[in-house]
Amino acid sequence: MDLNYTSEDLAFRDHVRAFLDANLPADLQQKVRKHLRMSKDDYVRWHRILAKQGWVAPGWPAQFGGPGWTPVQRHLWDEECARAGTPAILPFGVNMVAPVIMAFGSDEQKAHYLPRILSCEDWWCQGYSEPGSGSDLASLKTSAQRDGDVYVVNGQKTWTTLAQHADMIFCLVRTDSGVRKQEGISFLLIDMHSPGVTVRPIMMLDEDHEVNEVFFDNVRVPVQNLVGKENKGWTYAKYLLGHERTGIAAVGRSKRELASLKQLAASRSKNGKPLIEDPLFAAKVATLEIELMALEMTVLRVLGQEHKAPGPEASVLKVRGTEIQQTLTELMVEAAGPMALPFDPAYLESETQHSVFGDDEAAPLAAHYFNFRKTSIYGGSNEIQRNIITQMILGL
Amino acid sequence: MDFNFKEEQLAFADALKRWVTRDYSFEARKKIVHSDSGVSDAAWATLAELGMLALPVPEEQGGFSGSAVDMFVVMQELGRGLVVEPYLATVTAAHALTLGGSHAALLEQVAAGELKLACAFTEQQARHDLSDIATTARAGADGYVLNGAKSVVVHGAQAGMLIVSARSAGAQRGLEGVSLFVVPADADGVAVTDFRTLDGQRAANIVFTEVTVPATALIGAEGQGWDLLDAVADYGAGLLCAEALGAMEAIFGATLEYLKTRSQFGAPIGKFQALQHRMADMYIHLEQARSMALLAAVKLGSADATERRRVVSAAKFRIGQALKFVGQQAVQLHGGMGVTDELPAAHHFKRLTMIELSMGDSDHHLQRFIAQPGFAEAA
Repeated sequence: MDLNYTSEDLAFRDHVRAFLDANLPADLQQKVRKHLRMSKDDYVRWHRILAKQGWVAPGWPAQFGGPGWTPVQRHLWDEECARAGTPAILPFGVNMVAPVIMAFGSDEQKAHYLPRILSCEDWWCQGYSEPGSGSDLASLKTSAQRDGDVYVVNGQKTWTTLAQHADMIFCLVRTDSGVRKQEGISFLLIDMHSPGVTVRPIMMLDEDHEVNEVFFDNVRVPVQNLVGKENKGWTYAKYLLGHERTGIAAVGRSKRELASLKQLAASRSKNGKPLIEDPLFAAKVATLEIELMALEMTVLRVLGQEHKAPGPEASVLKVRGTEIQQTLTELMVEAAGPMALPFDPAYLESETQHSVFGDDEAAPLAAHYFNFRKTSIYGGSNEIQRNIITQMILGL
Repeated sequence: MDFNFKEEQLAFADALKRWVTRDYSFEARKKIVHSDSGVSDAAWATLAELGMLALPVPEEQGGFSGSAVDMFVVMQELGRGLVVEPYLATVTAAHALTLGGSHAALLEQVAAGELKLACAFTEQQARHDLSDIATTARAGADGYVLNGAKSVVVHGAQAGMLIVSARSAGAQRGLEGVSLFVVPADADGVAVTDFRTLDGQRAANIVFTEVTVPATALIGAEGQGWDLLDAVADYGAGLLCAEALGAMEAIFGATLEYLKTRSQFGAPIGKFQALQHRMADMYIHLEQARSMALLAAVKLGSADATERRRVVSAAKFRIGQALKFVGQQAVQLHGGMGVTDELPAAHHFKRLTMIELSMGDSDHHLQRFIAQPGFAEAA
């Protein structure tokens, strides 16, 4: 039992920390730390800075352009990015479609798509959920019918994150409706610029355009865009789930947010004293901090066994990780108190330098809270995660 | 970074497991609990033989200088096996002697299994605040004279020697003026009242009336005992976390088994989602508790006292949350069986509940966590 990082690990941490200090643009860092909204350009700019350094895809094997880091190094990198406050590298290309292409795609698909994912030439989005298929994903209805050299796709996807920017979408589509629902699904790559693709925004409760509906009306997709074998898409989708790593716990991000929360609570007052000294509020913060300490240790324990299959433990990390993230947003709103009420979208979009009501720190907090309700719903709702725990770990 | 236990540690755990299965079954334990002494000499002899008493004692005194992580493994098994012997009381008190650096002969006796110890720290009015000490130590001709009363001293009546906190100066709740003494349990003026606790263990109220001890009975410096007492309490709390983890593993395993075998409405009850999700939540609590118990064991060896306090309090708090949920839900999921005396899990539940009330409860440790320097500052 030794909880210390090796000197090599610490040297690695210093190395990446120095890189982030030198290369993370201050305006992006400010946006992240203040919970302001990211534009497409913000994401792309940071993606390309990392791509140039060769660090944009830490989980990729070196042969495809990954940096060849160990699991512990990847964890340290995640931690350092969170600590610094970097924009996210959106997972849809780098962490979702790429591993599936690497494992099941053709040589042509690998050669074509992987470099374009690294360079951010293609912006990817994910076509899984449908209006009638949420947690019961395998019931999906979007169909792809073979017509010579193409599939003709009809149907609708929903909750498609940032599809308004996307060049490509990876979709689960039904290619056989006469078999068990899991056995008639294929994994198809579709060009978002194809005729018949329509993107319609869904405004979220914080009035943010983050997700969309995507409609397919007789969209013709070359058969070369099928990944792997027809009707094996469900297997590939499950492979992707098994690919989840410890990053899902978002421990580094929550550590940064906890520091922000304490800062906020130190600067606000209650009964003439800093809020952080209020026993009721301090107890909530401490309870959260302890849960986060435990989660970090749990993450490291999972990491320590990564030679074994990292599968269902990720569900524990997802449930607790998202609960912690949500509680953080909740306590921030509570700390801001009535100052969290005003809503100033122009400030959130960085169209103005200061919030119209004069409290820049408090201005984004309520929107942030509302936005983060999604975390316990997406990526397999926390109830689905509990199903996975009972079935895969407890054998019930 | 390495999260594996060493081979010796696993061997210790294995030996204890085999001993519990062979000699400390639920029925055998029941007999011990209901016996006059409430403990078993034979069990103690076996623990000594297995090296469990030598484990935490320094090598110079015939021990193995075992770390808190070594002790974690032992306590986890004792918790799983519901062992009611005065092991925790003895090793916690021995830790005071180790930190104090005197009384080598007593430590040798502990290592050999010849001496049991207990910590007489808690007083009726003090709740969980160990600095709230009304017991006094007055300087006498050749040493000190002790007066006062200690409450619910775990395994106080089974111990040959007591580690007693007393005030030689300072205000009742002050950190200055606290002194620690080694007092023979049969010294003149020591009155011990033994009783059962709800979890089948023993504790005692102990009254000290004009008890004379020599100056050599002092552990550490006079009036400067607080830091030592605080460190010893952390050691005990850390070991309790490990014991709680073992008990939780046992009760969780029993509940899981029950869900797979108990049938209602024509199906094993583990097929019902309401119960499945409860189990999933219990599992998450268990894993988070394991993380904190391990972290506490590692940090008990830390030279940084603030870090030690912070982590031990965090662990005792988090384990307190877990044991309440896991314990209560395990009883609930067992249905009527869960509230009977014949179910081992019910006894794990009682032990867990007593652990929450021992060595500082959840509220005490949450407040202590908040009170550590640096809490309010953004990390």
